[in-house]
Amino acid sequence: MSFLEVNNLNVEFDTADGKVRAVNNVNFSLEEGKTLAIVGESGSGKSQTVFAMMGLLAHNGTSVGSVKFDGNEILNLTGPELNLIRAEKMAMIFQDPMTSLNPYMRVSEQMAEVLTHHRGLSKSDAVKESVAMLDAVQIPEAKSRIRMYPHEFSGGMRQRVMIAMSLLCQPKLLIADEPTTALDVTVQAQIMKLLSDIQKEFGTAIILITHDLGVVAGNSDNTLVMYGGQVMEIGTTEQVYANPTHPYTQGLMSAVPRLDHDGTELTTIPGNPPNMMLLPEGCPFCPRCKFAKSECKTKVPELIFTGTSGSHYRACNVAVEELV
Amino acid sequence: MNNDTILQVDNLKVTFDISPEGAMPWAKSQSLRAVDGVSFELKAGETLGIVGESGCGKSTLARAIIRMVPAKDGKVVWLGSDLLTLDKKTMRGHRKEIQMIFQDPLASLNPRMNIGEIIAEPLKTHYPKTSKSEIKTKVKGVMERVGLLPNLVNRYPHEFSGGQCQRIGIARALILKPKLIICDEPVSALDVSIQAQVVNLLMELQEEMGLSIIFIAHDLSIVKHISTRILVLYLGNMMEMANSADIYANPRHPYTQALISAVPIPDPIIEKNKELILIEGDLPSPINPPSGCVFRTRCRMAQDICSNEKPEFKNATNDHKVACHFSS
Amino acid sequence: MIVANKKKIHQMSDNLSESEFVQGRSLWADARRRFMGNKAATVSLYILVLIVLFSFIGPWFAVWTNEEIDWGAMGSAATQGMPSFATGHFFGTDDLGRDIYSRVIQGTQISLMIGVIGAAIAVVVGTLYGSISGYVGGRTDQIMMRIVDILMAIPFMFVLILMLVVFGRSIGMLFVGIGLLSWLDMSRIVRGQTLSLKNKEFIEAAQATGVSDFKIITRHIVPNLLGVVAVYATLLVPGMILAESFISFLGLGVQEPNTSWGALISEGAGTIRYDTEWQLLFPLAFFVVSLFCFYFIGDGLRDALDPKDR
Repeated sequence: MSFLEVNNLNVEFDTADGKVRAVNNVNFSLEEGKTLAIVGESGSGKSQTVFAMMGLLAHNGTSVGSVKFDGNEILNLTGPELNLIRAEKMAMIFQDPMTSLNPYMRVSEQMAEVLTHHRGLSKSDAVKESVAMLDAVQIPEAKSRIRMYPHEFSGGMRQRVMIAMSLLCQPKLLIADEPTTALDVTVQAQIMKLLSDIQKEFGTAIILITHDLGVVAGNSDNTLVMYGGQVMEIGTTEQVYANPTHPYTQGLMSAVPRLDHDGTELTTIPGNPPNMMLLPEGCPFCPRCKFAKSECKTKVPELIFTGTSGSHYRACNVAVEELV
Repeated sequence: MNNDTILQVDNLKVTFDISPEGAMPWAKSQSLRAVDGVSFELKAGETLGIVGESGCGKSTLARAIIRMVPAKDGKVVWLGSDLLTLDKKTMRGHRKEIQMIFQDPLASLNPRMNIGEIIAEPLKTHYPKTSKSEIKTKVKGVMERVGLLPNLVNRYPHEFSGGQCQRIGIARALILKPKLIICDEPVSALDVSIQAQVVNLLMELQEEMGLSIIFIAHDLSIVKHISTRILVLYLGNMMEMANSADIYANPRHPYTQALISAVPIPDPIIEKNKELILIEGDLPSPINPPSGCVFRTRCRMAQDICSNEKPEFKNATNDHKVACHFSS
Repeated sequence: MIVANKKKIHQMSDNLSESEFVQGRSLWADARRRFMGNKAATVSLYILVLIVLFSFIGPWFAVWTNEEIDWGAMGSAATQGMPSFATGHFFGTDDLGRDIYSRVIQGTQISLMIGVIGAAIAVVVGTLYGSISGYVGGRTDQIMMRIVDILMAIPFMFVLILMLVVFGRSIGMLFVGIGLLSWLDMSRIVRGQTLSLKNKEFIEAAQATGVSDFKIITRHIVPNLLGVVAVYATLLVPGMILAESFISFLGLGVQEPNTSWGALISEGAGTIRYDTEWQLLFPLAFFVVSLFCFYFIGDGLRDALDPKDR
């Protein structure tokens, strides 16, 4: 039994223009202390998946399915039960650290708030622990800096503050939603190294959501590829990169320019990202897939074993051998 | 394809006067050195990629070249004339030859105009006597060229996706058949699969029309893919300039080395075994840049000489320029 | 729509006939759709249209003109001047025996005219002033806005009353007075919007293309301002009407035999002790209903032109 198991997760939004299925039958699991990367573009549903897990869906969203954390069902919890999960079991960091930190509160107050609320510490004890955590994320002069306001930190520093805040209650799972997209590449390298150090030290499991295939390659044990709300391919990172068995994954891999390759023409995926209001009946990738068969329009592909090593699955109506 | 130099930027400097925080309205303003002496040449049909992180001044540089922000010093010689000294009317004439595409595809299009009007605007501005039918034909032609169906002329920008909006922006830039297109982060806001489409389109157009391109971005992988030569900027100063293959194979400046090491490669075996060169510290303030070499506060090789003497930007080997006292 | 390679595009476009051009859905069309979905706003719009029609068509049904004196009702309005279809005084008479129905029609015409023209002056002057100030920026902007600040600091009513007393009370004077001061707020708002638009990339794109400053203001900035201007203008109209009504209530506004809602309300309020409520209630009803309608329409416009869509 894995530490985190997500089964048949579906998320639907009730909008003025009708119902939109943002997440469609998503299944995955995560072991303790490992990192799962969820890769996808706009409309892939990657963020909504984790929002559903954390109970952060917008009010017009409903989630069905099962999310088992350490054996306990946590999907659709409310109130005090949900608060117990948040911060203490699962924590989340977001893409834009400026908007996830309250600009009117000093960092010390914001961090202490987490500890006084969840662990009942006194204010001074809470601040002491916060300073220790800021040290752990390598913010220089943490003791004096903690009294500053968020806007006085640089983008990379703010993200470190976010990471420190999320680790205060020593959660077993850290969800990072595009944590480095808004950062410069050298700062991104620092932050990703920090996350990896934290994982080694505290044994935190990480779900890393991103669209950057390079970041995924260096920082994850398993990779999940999503498109149009569905899982396209899942496996260990080495497997998925060495042997992408889904047309979408293959398309992505060849569409990304690599620093170590010369300027040959990039193979593009034709068409545009999916319109979530008008998803086709069958496979969501069908309109852009060069291997699409007639049944792809109506038959939703199931997640099946690829036949290679133990954990590599794909959801495609076309057999691997036919993808040439 | 002739190899004449069409653009020569010479020691371009751009400073902004800003009033210090909380000071009185009459207090002396401080100068923010956004671009602090950039020089380069561009030949016809060539693509120069300009990379750097936030605060390096690349966007300001782009705008200074076409006089959208005032330059403090330096020259921008375009086809023989210094753009910075021209009067407004003559400058306007040159705007036909240099066009620009922007980072946010939707925001670069006027939401109240349909795309036919948007694409036709440069044509109507510079050739007001063009007949309606000729405008129609030209718009149709350029839309086809960038891969948009011409029957969409009456649609409005918000009805298109990000990638399509960027194509509209490119169509608008192409309609006057310019010689140079300056691209300011044109694909950063797009999905990965769409980025490839736009990059391929730009490269095709360059081949076909003999365009020169200045490609500004922070994503080194894309810049290397599309550029002939790359210029690395840091805090408004040039650090290194060489052709793309050379910069990757043989980076000589410590900053470039750190930058290249930080760029993630989509290959788990390479990534997990990589020797990462990390840069410590924060970007210094451009109001008060470090003396001597601006990178010295974060450089692992910094010595005394770096704070006393600003390194000259000169040739290390053929066509490979570096600004460092210790470039190997 | 799939964007395919060059050859396919040529083939596809060659096969298109003129009639297959797709119609665009402009932002105005979207806003109009949202506005029509707002019940309070559409109902208010219909009522307002009815009131305007009433002011044009009403006189056809009038039995008495607005100046004619019904000698029978003069002095004994409480008994003889009650609203009735028989006497032809649909809304009753006032103390002088004048037909309130016709007077209300005239009052409607004049009050609406003052409101709309005042708002129109504010819109035109304010938009031009504000957009130029905002776009040019720098010193010019500072000077232009300080002028606005100074003018705003002057107490409006005081100046208006002074002007009316010194230069005589005429409708023209009323327009001048109201017009002189109504554009100030509008210019501030337009300047603010211009400042935020100025930094948008499509303005940069126009500058990079070489479009002249004037064309940028008229083609790119003003159309993107119209949403805010329309909302604010709709909310200005009741403000104008209120200002004029207040002045007329004080006796300084439109002079006899012209009348406005304010003047009528003033007269009606004065005689309310004498059981002639209709003299107050009819003009008051028109006044209140119209103002509510303008406010609802303004609100509806604001919701319809939600900035999120810009």
